[in-house]
Amino acid sequence: MKRYSALGLVRNALGYNRDWREAWRSPEPGKSYDAIIVGGGGHGLATAYYLARDHGIRNVAVLEKGWIGGGNTGRNTTIVRSNYLWTESSLLYEKSMKLWEGLSQDLNYNVMFSQRGVYNLGHSLQDMRDIERRVNANRLNGIDAEVVSAAELGKAIPHLNTSPDARYPILGASLQRRAGVARHDAVAWGFARAADSLGVDVIEQCEVTGIDVRGGKAVGVQTTRGPIASDRIGVVVAGHASVLAKMADLRLPIESHPLQAFVSEPIKPVLDTVVMSGAVHGYISQSDKGELVIGAGIDAYTGYGQRGSFHIIEHTMQAIIELFPVFSRVRMLRLWGGIVDVCPDACPIVSKTPVEGLYFNCGWGTGGFKSTPGSGWVFARTMAHDEPHELNAPFSLERFATGALIDEHGAAAVAH
Amino acid sequence: MNTAPRRWRTSAHGFNAMLLIECPWCGPRAETEFSYGGEAGIVRPPDPDALSDAEWADYLFNRANPRGAHRELWNHTHGCRRWFAVERDTVTNQIQRSYTLDGTAPEPGTGSGTASKLTAESDTTSRIGSGG
Repeated sequence: MKRYSALGLVRNALGYNRDWREAWRSPEPGKSYDAIIVGGGGHGLATAYYLARDHGIRNVAVLEKGWIGGGNTGRNTTIVRSNYLWTESSLLYEKSMKLWEGLSQDLNYNVMFSQRGVYNLGHSLQDMRDIERRVNANRLNGIDAEVVSAAELGKAIPHLNTSPDARYPILGASLQRRAGVARHDAVAWGFARAADSLGVDVIEQCEVTGIDVRGGKAVGVQTTRGPIASDRIGVVVAGHASVLAKMADLRLPIESHPLQAFVSEPIKPVLDTVVMSGAVHGYISQSDKGELVIGAGIDAYTGYGQRGSFHIIEHTMQAIIELFPVFSRVRMLRLWGGIVDVCPDACPIVSKTPVEGLYFNCGWGTGGFKSTPGSGWVFARTMAHDEPHELNAPFSLERFATGALIDEHGAAAVAH
Repeated sequence: MNTAPRRWRTSAHGFNAMLLIECPWCGPRAETEFSYGGEAGIVRPPDPDALSDAEWADYLFNRANPRGAHRELWNHTHGCRRWFAVERDTVTNQIQRSYTLDGTAPEPGTGSGTASKLTAESDTTSRIGSGG
């Protein structure tokens, strides 16, 4: 792999940009690998990258049924934060945040991570009490967090309606300054390129149709491009986790829902941070291209169709216009749906399974993008050592039998 | 001119719409009148104390979550407030049929649950168009 650099940019510009190489190879699938990652989204590619970089396991295949960056990795609102309430989750997301902070350098790929801050608004006294509690919990865990008053909010975000006459008046907010956004496509491409350069085979258009289990051990997968053997298989397929689990006769505590998001037509710079509200239920930021990037909650029903119902869009727009009346005449340009895998406690499963050599990383629900590097890091460690790192040990599949749930529903700064 | 490949094009019935759900008592109504109740047919174990923790967790948390045909519960929250079941395809969102939980179906609008069984042929239109 040729390293990207400023000098390289100049050299290629002088050469009429004829010498740019493909970012990763497109190898034919091999007969067997030391490890197989099912799912070429951000989490799967990150897993392969950290397996190769930190654990010396380089004979790895990442099997993607579509194309890199075509699933949930390219279907989110790109928000990165670590201000979760419970210690288990905040430490996991903070690990991810620390990796984000050096990710562009690590990958030699600009993921455009912009620490522009994330505000979580409070609209009632109880909201403010919860915010105080969460901010203090974050600080005890070494995560930056502060409480902001409505007056300070009005100065920091001029177009936010902080009037006491608003229908749902804003009383204040929590602020994580190190939080922000990143360019989601670049995250997928950057991890794919970096993993590829360490010897990982990134194989697109290769759908896994079966998992071979013999004597309680995983021995390989069946794919649309033939069988591939491996005694170490990591499944990282987000909304399709239940479908893959069924191939190994496992049942998961997961339901897949559509989660819709939208972007507006590009407008001039108007919002230089991220604003989220759990009470009126919407979140918004502005991309570098000028589009407002907007999201809210999942559709109530389960669905694999990557689309949702219209009233969710209407509800989301009502929330955004409640917060920013100035956006009432901005037109929406595109909308899309991702399939999110929601756990009963709104926390992920990064875990071994009853099948030896088969690992699942799923259940990230509506909050997967922010955890891309951290998820890959702990999952690689889990697959390499056949035991979880202390950061993901609480996120086992067994927690649903033992009762040690990590209840982030309603606690994690925004309702899911 | 719409230059998108045919299979990418959106139609009034496929997008920007919501589900049209047939309540066995009230007839077809918009999705916003209903609340979702998840997978249908999960029976509470008669003797929970007899189960292992893993069996109890399977009842409590694990779900089939299928890609394709799904039987699920809905409640007509803003109507007759009754629970019933729906067969829906989770990929296309096409609804095959609605039925009452005891297998009998009333005449819509009568509020009675004693009439003939709903059959698979009593297909409902599954979506309300976007109106342009």
